[in-house]
Amino acid sequence: MSYIIDRRLNGKKKSTVNRQRFLRRYKKQIKRAVEDAIKNRSIQDMDRGSEITIPRKDTSEPFFHHGAGGQQTRIYPGNKEFTTGDEFDRPQGGGGGGGSGQGQASNQGGGEDDFTFTIDQEEFLDFMFEDLELPYLVKKQLKDSTQFELRRAGFTQTGSPDKLNVVRSLRAAHARRIALGGSHKAEVRELRKQLWALESEAPSDENKLQIEALKEQIKTLTQNQKKIPFIDDFDLRFNNTVRVPTPSSKAVMFCLMDVSGSMTQTIKEIAKRFFILLYMFLNRNYKHIEVVFIRHHTHAKEVDEQEFFYSRETGGTIVSSALELAAEVLEERYPNNDWNVYVAQASDGDNWEGDSQRCSELLIKRILPLVQYYAYVEITNGPHQNLWDEYEAIHERFPDQFAMQHIEDVSDIYPVFRKLFERKTEGAA
Amino acid sequence: MKKNKPISTGAEWTFELVERYDREIGRVAAEFGLDTYPNQIEIITSEQMMDAYASVGMPLNYHHWSYGKQFVETEQRYRRGQMGLAYEIVINSDPCISYLMEENTMTMQALVIAHACYGHNSFFKGNYLFRTWTDASAIIDYLVFAKSYIAKCEERHGVEEVEAILDSCHALMNYGVNRYQRPKPLTAEEEKERLRAREEYNQRHINMLWNTIPRKENADQAEEQPRFPAEPEENILYFIEKNAPLLEPWQREIVRIVRKVSQYFYPQKQTQVMNEGWACFWHYTLLHQLFDEGLVTDGFMMEFLHSHTSVVYQPSFDSPYFSGINPYTLGYHMMQDIKRICESPTAEDRDWFPEWAGSPWQEVLDNAMRNYKDESFIQQFLSPRLIRELKLFSIFDDSDKPTLKVNAIHDEGGYKKIREDLAAQYNLGNREPNIQVYNVDVRGNRSLTLRHFMHNNRPLGDETDEVMKHIHRLWGFDVHLESVTPDNSVIETFHCPARSSLVLE
Repeated sequence: MSYIIDRRLNGKKKSTVNRQRFLRRYKKQIKRAVEDAIKNRSIQDMDRGSEITIPRKDTSEPFFHHGAGGQQTRIYPGNKEFTTGDEFDRPQGGGGGGGSGQGQASNQGGGEDDFTFTIDQEEFLDFMFEDLELPYLVKKQLKDSTQFELRRAGFTQTGSPDKLNVVRSLRAAHARRIALGGSHKAEVRELRKQLWALESEAPSDENKLQIEALKEQIKTLTQNQKKIPFIDDFDLRFNNTVRVPTPSSKAVMFCLMDVSGSMTQTIKEIAKRFFILLYMFLNRNYKHIEVVFIRHHTHAKEVDEQEFFYSRETGGTIVSSALELAAEVLEERYPNNDWNVYVAQASDGDNWEGDSQRCSELLIKRILPLVQYYAYVEITNGPHQNLWDEYEAIHERFPDQFAMQHIEDVSDIYPVFRKLFERKTEGAA
Repeated sequence: MKKNKPISTGAEWTFELVERYDREIGRVAAEFGLDTYPNQIEIITSEQMMDAYASVGMPLNYHHWSYGKQFVETEQRYRRGQMGLAYEIVINSDPCISYLMEENTMTMQALVIAHACYGHNSFFKGNYLFRTWTDASAIIDYLVFAKSYIAKCEERHGVEEVEAILDSCHALMNYGVNRYQRPKPLTAEEEKERLRAREEYNQRHINMLWNTIPRKENADQAEEQPRFPAEPEENILYFIEKNAPLLEPWQREIVRIVRKVSQYFYPQKQTQVMNEGWACFWHYTLLHQLFDEGLVTDGFMMEFLHSHTSVVYQPSFDSPYFSGINPYTLGYHMMQDIKRICESPTAEDRDWFPEWAGSPWQEVLDNAMRNYKDESFIQQFLSPRLIRELKLFSIFDDSDKPTLKVNAIHDEGGYKKIREDLAAQYNLGNREPNIQVYNVDVRGNRSLTLRHFMHNNRPLGDETDEVMKHIHRLWGFDVHLESVTPDNSVIETFHCPARSSLVLE
């Protein structure tokens, strides 16, 4: 007797929990692998899932087993030339050592390979941006930074007395009274008409009796009608409100990128990678955020995302032009008390003589007072340029608010990014 | 002779066809006298197959990261095409659950039904090890109980806590087995009822054991304390469950669950050759019977034989594909060989197997299936002819000597030796180090001493210190492990917490 069951439609993701536990347990190793993966990615596929490889010994489950040594006898199939008593050298590399340990196959079989598996895009980004945040966001954590606002949403029949809606309640009471008493009224009117007709006739005994009866009828009917309560629990109406989440704090990120002639192709590439990372991070972790893209050479221009990353326009370098434009946009569109403002600037630090001075004035007077956090990355593998020295002075004055980092090559991007945006414990500003 | 119409001719399977094949194969199997549990055949997808792989083939299991690891590994290898999935998984339960993959062709489904639903199934029902050690009707219930109990513990004590205990238990899983005592049957209701009583009893018992108030008469005679346990205990997990001083009741229950599951899988480890050999023999025999009756086509047989031969293929020792003796090959050929010796014995066979050469083959095979495990099966039934066919030879490897030595080959002088050595190779005791609980310092520092009784001078592997940490976590006090040679001298010791060699007594 057999039962045949189609299980194909049953749950497929039975192993999800176990898989997540595995990922959680090896978070540290996976994170390291993710970092390595980012270094080797081109801009376009920065955010795909990835194959993750971690050392197998880290994931092993130990158990008692025999080590090498001692005496062993093993049986092998397929003899070709041996006869009893033959002696020969031990084969190198342990080819024949494995033997028949089938009981516990999986672990031993793999040997020293690393342990490789795949994580999807979601998981990849989770690991990538874990423990990162925009520092000093005034109302903490924008990610779940929703405040609730009460909105009116119709009426209900229950509620607290302070929410009582008088007009609606009385209207409901009136409707109820009509509904319950309407038929009586019509009847009474009818009876009254008859009564009036009778009374207008010549009085007679018969008449009298009828009038009496009618009066009696009218009386009971009006009494019944009066028994209908003027207002009842049933009539009460209350204003209904619902809690609607609203974004509590708004944030804007200014991305300033130097595209001047001194920026070589590789430096631009690095800058773009940095901003793509930043852009992905913002998009992923913050629901309500605006991004302003500014690129500059001798003069600055606000551009859209596409142009920011892919335009090829270039020229000389006047960094202050970008700062000025940023300051203008800032004052015009993002009034300070409503917005958390962030600025990220990337440049090779090679600025027009004398302009750096102006940059620091602009920063100190017009920009820094309005922003939560200013991050500057200098991308160069030579000595620091004049902008760096100028900015260092600012960094000393505003150590929390103004951060600067130095990137030499592609592999520095992610570590620097982490350093700039890692979760800081104390809230400032 | 082919009077019947074939059941099917195409490669596609349907539920009706699966049912018809199952009915026909079941009929033939019954004619051959196979006694089976009822079958529950479940069709699953490859993803579900990977899920099943990840939970040691069981339809459900408690959550643990190691199963997740298994899963991602299987998934990765399958996706890259480095490995195919098994055509089937069969579970020793009543009714006997078999998983069939939807990707299989009709022929493969029929092969799998014959192999799993009648081959393995009858082995589970008949073999003495399974009859003694496992309770097929209760295992699913027990796993349901285990899963929900562990989930409850996770809610109450946190996932990490529970995971730590499970890790430690898994490290000792091979030492959670009673080899010589029949375990009590596992039923879920019983478990639940007894759970509370047991927790209470255990705790009281332990408190008694660890009572620190000195007894008057031998307070100052610590030297004369009898050893505890009086006899070495082979089931380390059992010992820990009953005697570890610091475990909470729920932790003891988890130890017990791992132990019970381990016990359930114990017979499978000891009967791999027989179990697979038996199943292969029967799928071969049953499907040939269908062919003889004209119920399957030539094309069907070609496809079937193709996968049959690749399953029972044995690469020779110097082939790059060699990874030990293929249990399917060995088992299948031994079963066929038994049949041959029964039907047409040679003089040599009569000489080697006087008791049963020439007897009815079904009786001999049935007896072999019921009353042996791999070790004894090989010892009793491996014939010189098969040794010759497989060209078996025996290599002696002594780490003290620079060379390997060929001890015996497939010739007159070597048959007995090869048979003995091959049987010994399947003796679990030879494969796993023999480690037992030797002593507990009950009145002193409560340290636990394990003994590794060495076999052929083989030392312990490099993971021993890691396992010691796990034992230490369960036991809560110092743990020592001594490797002892047969003449009772300790030649190597392990300690957790690690001890500097200077302090070694």
